[in-house]
Amino acid sequence: MTSTVRTGGAQAPSAPEFPMPRAEGCPFDPPPALKKEQEQGPLRKVRLWDGSTPWLVTRYADQRALLADPRTSADITRPGYPSSAPVRGSSFSFILMDDPEHARQRRMVTAPFTIKRVEAMRPAVQKIVDGLIDDMLAGPPRADLVQAFALPVPSLVICELLGVPYADHDFFQENSKILISRSAAPEERGAAHAKLIGYLDELMGHKIARPADDLLSGLGTRVGAGELSRREAAETGVLLLIAGHETTANMIALGTLALLEHPDQLALLRDSDDPKAVAGAVEELLRYLNITHGGRRRVAVEDIEIGGEVIRAGEGIIVPNDIGNRDPEVFADPDRLDLGRDARRHVAFGFGVHQCLGQPLARMELQVVYSTLYRRIPTLRLDAGLEDLSFKHDGAVYGVYELPVAW
Amino acid sequence: MKVTLDQDKCVASGQCVVAADDVFDQDDDGIAVLLDPTPPSDRAEDVEQAAAVCPALAIRIQG
Repeated sequence: MTSTVRTGGAQAPSAPEFPMPRAEGCPFDPPPALKKEQEQGPLRKVRLWDGSTPWLVTRYADQRALLADPRTSADITRPGYPSSAPVRGSSFSFILMDDPEHARQRRMVTAPFTIKRVEAMRPAVQKIVDGLIDDMLAGPPRADLVQAFALPVPSLVICELLGVPYADHDFFQENSKILISRSAAPEERGAAHAKLIGYLDELMGHKIARPADDLLSGLGTRVGAGELSRREAAETGVLLLIAGHETTANMIALGTLALLEHPDQLALLRDSDDPKAVAGAVEELLRYLNITHGGRRRVAVEDIEIGGEVIRAGEGIIVPNDIGNRDPEVFADPDRLDLGRDARRHVAFGFGVHQCLGQPLARMELQVVYSTLYRRIPTLRLDAGLEDLSFKHDGAVYGVYELPVAW
Repeated sequence: MKVTLDQDKCVASGQCVVAADDVFDQDDDGIAVLLDPTPPSDRAEDVEQAAAVCPALAIRIQG
């Protein structure tokens, strides 16, 4: 061997597998091996399930720059895209598309998520939260917080917003869970996706026939006008339904667990009357927990230089926002949960044109939940050992499967 | 302080409104609207926050 051509980073042959395991007993922290990559350099290589070796962008500033860089593509069908599992089917929602089609479809569903319209929903969300807490307090003094509270809150809210009957929640929660599970077989995930698409398509039929004042009816009108195919409308419906309940539910349950494990921080939230302090606490919990832990996926469409190294056109890129949010260059003492810090610049919702569309709704729901639950049930405690809990290591969205609590 | 907003880039995240609702608003579809292109200097911190959290890099500040 006389020469070495750098076609993908010097460490490529020994690139570590991604995703990496979290440390036993540290359910809130990113995998130690992932943090080590961050210490070693801004641009690393990792190995995926299919043997491909995409780049790993480890630092906050580079993560933001890259996710906002139009020389990257989110198109899952593009060669080099570092998918987390075998790519099935030919129809995808707009989160896996590039502009201008991505922007065209995204703008069709942004209206209900404006700050004003989300704020207008706050009293209704407060009522849902209070009602579920009333139910908990009326029964025996223990519950699985996931089933009794964390899942119903966002499911009820997104059903109302989309116009999906809440009575169907068992069906869509079950299939969503399979669809985003890394451990489910590809056929299983395909079947769950098909069921959800079929369900949304049928619902779309009803909305087209009898439009109501909800988001799906709005999409139905677009279908009627020829701006969107019925399949595209169903894909968007599935995306919003899943994103609307899974993510927030996990933030509620995992956030509560993190606070129960940090009683001094829980006390700050419980004893505060200041909406600004509550909003700040939500931002810090979003930063600290960063539940979408699979890394944002992109592929370079042109050469991109980062820190003296070049990502070549066609190479895959993974942006693990969980370690971006623990970058010591940006957040002092980053592994400490500190509800008093200014965490508003976190990247838990991603960055760039694909950044979470539902973030104003998620924030409002979490503000209502975190400012109500611990105040109304001040004796809330974990009814199991931390080591007995089972965490969603295999899911696209991290969290806890069950959270036994008592009061 | 002079603020410019590129509405074509905006992705309707609404974060500028959260940061400085006297300087930014949203239209019915969520696209940001600049209410005050020359906010007073005591608004600098919040306007800078708005520019920093804009995921589409649609907000620029001069001076």
